[in-house]
Amino acid sequence: MNPVNYLYLAALLFTIGASGVLLRRNAIVVFMSVELMLNAANLALVAFSRLHGNLDGQIIAFFTMVVAAAEVVVGLAIIVTIFRSRHSASVDDASLMKL
Amino acid sequence: METLIGLLVAAPLLGAAVLLCGGRRLDRTGHWIGTALAAASFLLGAVLFADMLGREAEDRTLSQHVFSWIPVGGFQADVAFRLDQLSMTFVLLITGVGTLIHVYSIGYMEHDERRRRFFGYLNLFLAAMLLLVLADNYLLLYAGWEGVGLASYLLIGFWQHKPSAATAAKKAFIVNRVGDIGLSIAIMIMFTTFGTFAFSPVLESVGGTSEGTATAIGLMLLLAACGKSAQVPLQSWLGDAMEGPTPVSALIHAATMVTAGVYLIVRSGAIFDAAPAAQTAVVTVGAVTLLFGAIVGCAKDDIKKALAGSTMSQIGYMVLAAGLGPIGYAFAIMHLVTHGFFKAGLFLGAGSVMHGMNDEVDMRRYGGLRKYMPITFATFGLGYLAIIGFPGLSGFFSKDKIIEAAFAKGGTEGWILGGAALLGAAITAFYMTRVMLMTFFGEERWRNAPTPSPKEPSVEPAAETGGEYEVPHPHESPKSMTVPMIVLAFGSVFAGGLFSWGEAFVHWLEPVVPFEHGHPPVSALTVTAATVVALLIGVGAAWLQYGRKPVPALAPRGSLLTRAARRDLLQDDFNHVVLVKPGEYLTRGLVYLDHKVVDGAVNGTAAAVGGLSGRSRRIQNGYARSYAVSMLGGAAVLVAATLLMRAV
Amino acid sequence: MNGTLLAAASATSTGEAVQFWILGTVAVLGALGTVLMKRSVHSALCLAGTMIVLAVFYLANGAYFLGIVQIVVYTGAVMMLFLFVLMLVGVTAADSLKETIRGQRWMAVLCGLGFGILLVGGIGNASVGTFTGLAEANAGGNVQGLARSIFTDYVFAFEITGALLVTAAVAAMVLTHRERTERRDTQREMAEKRVREGKHLPPLPAPGVYARHNAVDIPGLLPDGTPSELTVSQTLRSRGQVRDVSRKSLSDLAALERRTEDYLGRDESAARGGPGEGGGRDVRDAADVRKDVSDDSPAADRDRDTDRDGDRDADRDREAAK
Repeated sequence: MNPVNYLYLAALLFTIGASGVLLRRNAIVVFMSVELMLNAANLALVAFSRLHGNLDGQIIAFFTMVVAAAEVVVGLAIIVTIFRSRHSASVDDASLMKL
Repeated sequence: METLIGLLVAAPLLGAAVLLCGGRRLDRTGHWIGTALAAASFLLGAVLFADMLGREAEDRTLSQHVFSWIPVGGFQADVAFRLDQLSMTFVLLITGVGTLIHVYSIGYMEHDERRRRFFGYLNLFLAAMLLLVLADNYLLLYAGWEGVGLASYLLIGFWQHKPSAATAAKKAFIVNRVGDIGLSIAIMIMFTTFGTFAFSPVLESVGGTSEGTATAIGLMLLLAACGKSAQVPLQSWLGDAMEGPTPVSALIHAATMVTAGVYLIVRSGAIFDAAPAAQTAVVTVGAVTLLFGAIVGCAKDDIKKALAGSTMSQIGYMVLAAGLGPIGYAFAIMHLVTHGFFKAGLFLGAGSVMHGMNDEVDMRRYGGLRKYMPITFATFGLGYLAIIGFPGLSGFFSKDKIIEAAFAKGGTEGWILGGAALLGAAITAFYMTRVMLMTFFGEERWRNAPTPSPKEPSVEPAAETGGEYEVPHPHESPKSMTVPMIVLAFGSVFAGGLFSWGEAFVHWLEPVVPFEHGHPPVSALTVTAATVVALLIGVGAAWLQYGRKPVPALAPRGSLLTRAARRDLLQDDFNHVVLVKPGEYLTRGLVYLDHKVVDGAVNGTAAAVGGLSGRSRRIQNGYARSYAVSMLGGAAVLVAATLLMRAV
Repeated sequence: MNGTLLAAASATSTGEAVQFWILGTVAVLGALGTVLMKRSVHSALCLAGTMIVLAVFYLANGAYFLGIVQIVVYTGAVMMLFLFVLMLVGVTAADSLKETIRGQRWMAVLCGLGFGILLVGGIGNASVGTFTGLAEANAGGNVQGLARSIFTDYVFAFEITGALLVTAAVAAMVLTHRERTERRDTQREMAEKRVREGKHLPPLPAPGVYARHNAVDIPGLLPDGTPSELTVSQTLRSRGQVRDVSRKSLSDLAALERRTEDYLGRDESAARGGPGEGGGRDVRDAADVRKDVSDDSPAADRDRDTDRDGDRDADRDREAAK
């Protein structure tokens, strides 16, 4: 097996995650789909690292993880705040600029 | 002496400024100030006249350069005056008659609370008219020309509370504008051709230009003269201008302003001499107008409008004479002066009659007034005799010379023009006799209340009498009104004889206005005899119609010509159909174009943008997921582009 | 396991291939589950599974450090955070997968498919037969290698990322923290306010249907047999976690009562320990409950709310006043 298959898997996971972002209305699930996409990207980066025999890909993946963690913290805080004011976690309910 | 010329204009101008800016505190003394300044101007004119008489004939032209008005490169416009024999004649006429009418107005306008303003306007008119005749160049003349137009507008609309007066003022102003365009174009042509518009260089060098240029200038000047002097085809405003106070009609619309056109033609005589076609146009206009005005004058029941028709006709004589060239110029001016006397007198008489008749203007509501206002009757009667050309009075001398000169034009043209002038003389006698008989003779029709007029659109509406009919008490006017009439009557009687004594007037003018003796195909005596016969026929016909038979208090329906003449020979209808209607259609078309095309384009653009925005707004639905689809689509496109780039 | 591979190889070991195909399938199934599960808890669990699989793949690819970090940070911390928020928002609520935006599903599928196909095509286009492998790079140890790079080449990025993390922490606090802008009403003031407003002076009725249910999410029944939403806590109501005593369960209950009466006629003591037969009582109808609840005044049952719920009510009152 060629490690390129990891890349195909990453592409597949990324696409599934993107579809989840587009199809789901629950903000948390949307967020999870975003995480899925990030992970798919990480997988691709790790695979590249191996393909090229270079650790840079892993370092980028590492940074992605850190940034994703920060993103999750802020994003979930936003979801909680929106849920507090709207009593709904649906992204479609937040379709207006004001409450 | 030269410095006095500017004062001639300055005195009435000062009066106008003081009276118009002085406010109410001058209400009690304003008319005296106005009259005094007019009289001062006349006295200055008299002094200058005496001075002029004391010099040699060739040395009589005075000029005064006041200041450079518009010095721009080759364009040099100066405020400069030129006082020669022609201007002198006008100055004396304007200030003399003007002063008399100022005096008359003191009595006539006594009960008008805006009398001060009236005198201010009169002074303004005097200043502008003097500027017109004293100007040394065409541009300054143009300024005066516009000034008298303004004063005329203000005075016709003086009783602006009457819609008819306001409309008449507007009409006069607009029709005059048409003529003024002619004058301005003439000045432009002069400037491009000669590089100047001062009288002397233009008139001296006009002989050297092509006939076409001279004709163009001449025709444009004629257009200007038509507008100001109410000649066909720009005559329609004069009848309506009678809405103004009677002194205004006497001063502006009989004696002075309307003769400005004649002055312009005579002053520019050299141009017309160089352009035979323009001269033909001038005589044609004069001949047509003299018949036109006379016919209109026959049908009018409004005494002032009848006199207005007469004015038009008499100015037609002058224009005719001015168009005849050197054989007629002097007579045009002579008739102008005598006409100034007797027509002003007639108008003042008419004003006096109206003054005693509760401002009634319908002659059919007059009758037998000679017993009640003898002075008015006497002065009006002398003016009447003068205008019809009764031998020995002013009008006889001047008009007879014009008819003679018309015959002297020679050829078929001479016969036609002479015939027209002769016919005009007969009609003049007819309508003036009619006015005389209806006003001062016959039964006293004003004693009975007017019967309501039948629905006849062509009948001139009589002055409105609200509710109860109040029988007027005809009475003689106060001294301030009768004295000017008496003075003018003297002028009407003697001026003509004085001027013709050894051709004094002609020789007086000759250094400025060229003169030639005309040679009519028949002897001068025959022409005079024919004139007298025509006069007698006219008087007789009028007596048969209005003297022998009682005059109906209501105008009969009349013949087709009578009805047309009552409507000013359909001139307004003509203007309406030929000028107003196409203008209306044009504006309507433009409005339609504006609405459909211009606004359509603007609104269409707006609608297109709005529609597009409405469509594209749906993309912005606020749903984050829709936006995410766009992002993913964009990313897909980017990937595709990258791959394509690599493939290529 | 890759450490032994040569510098340039064209295939991995068979073991890794087997592992890839099995775990890859699991990962894809997990991803699909994340996207397609109705309940967000299930989604979260599926995602956690996928992440663990990915951690294994990282290890298989020689990224030992990342593999461990993936498990610790992602499946440990991040997924825990997700679950916390899920609990806060309502753990049992199921989403409707029905699409509400017109054309969204088609566009999503189209774009997703197109993007995926393009990606796969791109990879296929670019793939090379051989690969280097990490044996050399990991020679000094994977962690040491990474550390060397991070603290040399990537030190600025690393520092900035640290700042980002601090900022994120502060941001989360700012976002979720609510500053009280006015003094909180004392018990006395609240009582006086309630009297002044004349709203439901006595304590709210307790939840629960008879002694058979001792749960706070079961509304109490009114004398006419209808459930009263007032008896359930506001928090549960807004989460839609009220268990409904539906008409069927009411009829079940009536049947039970009849039987109980019959039974009571013979043996009184047995009735107390009678077996629960209202099995269908858990039938939920969240939508109905929400509809009913929306009419209630939040102030009416404030005294039964927890402190935080009280805060939330006060906030909402303030916002409504704006």
